[in-house]
Amino acid sequence: MFDFPENLQIGISGPIDSAVKWMLVHWDGFFDGISNFVLIIFDAIQGALGILPWWLILIGIFFAGYKLYNLKTGIMLTLMLFAIGLFGLWDLMIYTLVIVIISVLVSIVLGIPMGILMAKFETFKKINLPILDAMQTMPSFVYLLPAVMFFGFGKVPAVIATTTYALPPLIRLTYLGISNVNKEILEAGKSFGSTTKQMLFKIEFPQALSTIMTGINQTTMMAMAMVVISSMIGAEGIGEQVLIAIRRLEIGSGFEAGLAIVFLAIVLDRILQGIANKLKETE
Amino acid sequence: MASKIEIKNLTLVFGKKKERALEMIDQGVPIKEIRETTGLAVGVNNISLEIEEGELFVIVGLSGSGKSSLIRCMNMLNKPTRGEILIDGENICDYNKKQLIDIRRHKISMVFQHFGLLNHRSVLKNVEYGLEVQGISEAEREKKSLEAIEMVGLAGWEKYFPRQLSGGMKQRVGLARALANDAEILLMDEPFSALDPLIRKEMQTDLLGMTDYIDKTIIFITHDMNEAFKLGDRAALMRDGEIVQIGKPRDFFDHPADDYVRNFIEDVDKSRILRVKTVMRKPVCLAKPIDNREDVIKHLEEKEREFCYVTDDNNKLLGYVELEKLKESKDTTVEQLIDTEYQDINRNSFLSEIWSKLDESDYDVAVTDKSNRIRGVISYEDVVGALS
Repeated sequence: MFDFPENLQIGISGPIDSAVKWMLVHWDGFFDGISNFVLIIFDAIQGALGILPWWLILIGIFFAGYKLYNLKTGIMLTLMLFAIGLFGLWDLMIYTLVIVIISVLVSIVLGIPMGILMAKFETFKKINLPILDAMQTMPSFVYLLPAVMFFGFGKVPAVIATTTYALPPLIRLTYLGISNVNKEILEAGKSFGSTTKQMLFKIEFPQALSTIMTGINQTTMMAMAMVVISSMIGAEGIGEQVLIAIRRLEIGSGFEAGLAIVFLAIVLDRILQGIANKLKETE
Repeated sequence: MASKIEIKNLTLVFGKKKERALEMIDQGVPIKEIRETTGLAVGVNNISLEIEEGELFVIVGLSGSGKSSLIRCMNMLNKPTRGEILIDGENICDYNKKQLIDIRRHKISMVFQHFGLLNHRSVLKNVEYGLEVQGISEAEREKKSLEAIEMVGLAGWEKYFPRQLSGGMKQRVGLARALANDAEILLMDEPFSALDPLIRKEMQTDLLGMTDYIDKTIIFITHDMNEAFKLGDRAALMRDGEIVQIGKPRDFFDHPADDYVRNFIEDVDKSRILRVKTVMRKPVCLAKPIDNREDVIKHLEEKEREFCYVTDDNNKLLGYVELEKLKESKDTTVEQLIDTEYQDINRNSFLSEIWSKLDESDYDVAVTDKSNRIRGVISYEDVVGALS
């Protein structure tokens, strides 16, 4: 009487399972391709960051903080990054950073054109907005599932899951930025005989740049949050340290790793926000 | 003079299924009712007008009267629903995308109420924009832009950004940008409305001064009757997407079309607003230095004139010749007989300013522009006639 009738229950898990199996068998090459591609980029970026000595990175961060804000912020950001090194988590932080950087780069390559298309085409916007809504309300753990299904364990699914989770805010803010360009500025552009391409690259995109930069900032923060969770599917990095600490109930090292994540997030946020603010000032 | 822009039965409807509104217009339904029943806004309702080459034509009306919609039809920012817009005899409504870009690049430029400046670019780069999209080389772009910046009085501000400028200066940038690509037609959509009164007055004077040097056809939109009459060679008063009256500023005072016009011009002080150029007449006869003396005498006697002004080939005023002097002389041409002690009046002076000059002579006084070209003549009686 109070229970949901059993004969009305139809699981969709069965069909999904077989669909995934089918895809894995028949689209094998496709997933392998993506996997190899991600691995190549991963190694390239990790290699590039590996060449930079730790003190050079610190000096770079100091200058970024100093130029974008002031001396105090520069010192603060440098100290935070320095603390991560003191905790003995420098190499793991670089690893985490590489995943974040790849996710953000892929998000930029996919997200900005999609945002522009949404601003330009009403139908594309109508299809995409609910998808973006769904993606942004979905719990982050859900993203791990398909990533693991198609790419197994390791850094590749971590990059894929992180990217998928981080992408929506950039698409949304690009769309907002482009569609909110002042109407008179658009008219001015048109009235001087700009082609559609010139309108986009000389007027709309530069005008939307600070909003897009805010989108990149948000995407980076989302990627930071996800990269920790994706340690559950085998990504190394600081996230893994947290996971290990939880399993072993090592409160101290867990706290250390947690603090390192917070510091890295703050440093990234401040720097990207600083760039966005600088762009906004020119408006 | 040939008409530069000719608008024939232009109607502009905003919204979907515009045909319904057109049908209702044809049946004579008022546009207010069309909006209520169909939700369609009629911006411009069956307007026809002609604008002459070199004219400063003002379109005036309250907000919502359709003046901004109309001016945007002239460069096709608004696509007319019905009717024709002929520019130099060509209907731009039939233009394809490429022709449209072309005409916007070379023939028509526009100035906006809120300036429409690109805030990520410096003053110079803003002014260059119109030339940049044409693919003109950087050196030439800069040269032309600097000229335009100089003309609007912003020399030295090239490297600044729009956010660092005051409202008046921003609009000067907007104007320079529109001047830089040497378009023949300049559309100005309430360019001075966002400025405070003192700056506005200054800009008005500067604009009038500029029209002495540049031969452009200017269409100027405003909601301010004072501004309209101060600036315009002719003006059109709009209401509900239609033209209520069109004519020279003094026509509005002499023969207001209806009570609406009468109300509109009620608190306008004529003598401080009417400019010489709107009252002046075309000179009955003009001579050139190489003209035959006998011919000029004959001409003057025919028209019962005692003297006439002499101009060079570019219409520049050289002086005048008197009939008596012509008769006494034996020269073949009039060149040696020109009297250069003449008085002239700038065409943009207000009537109130020129009283004194006219009192001294009951002759036609020459009206000139800043490059000393004769634009017309005016006499004491003309002024009295205009102000009474």
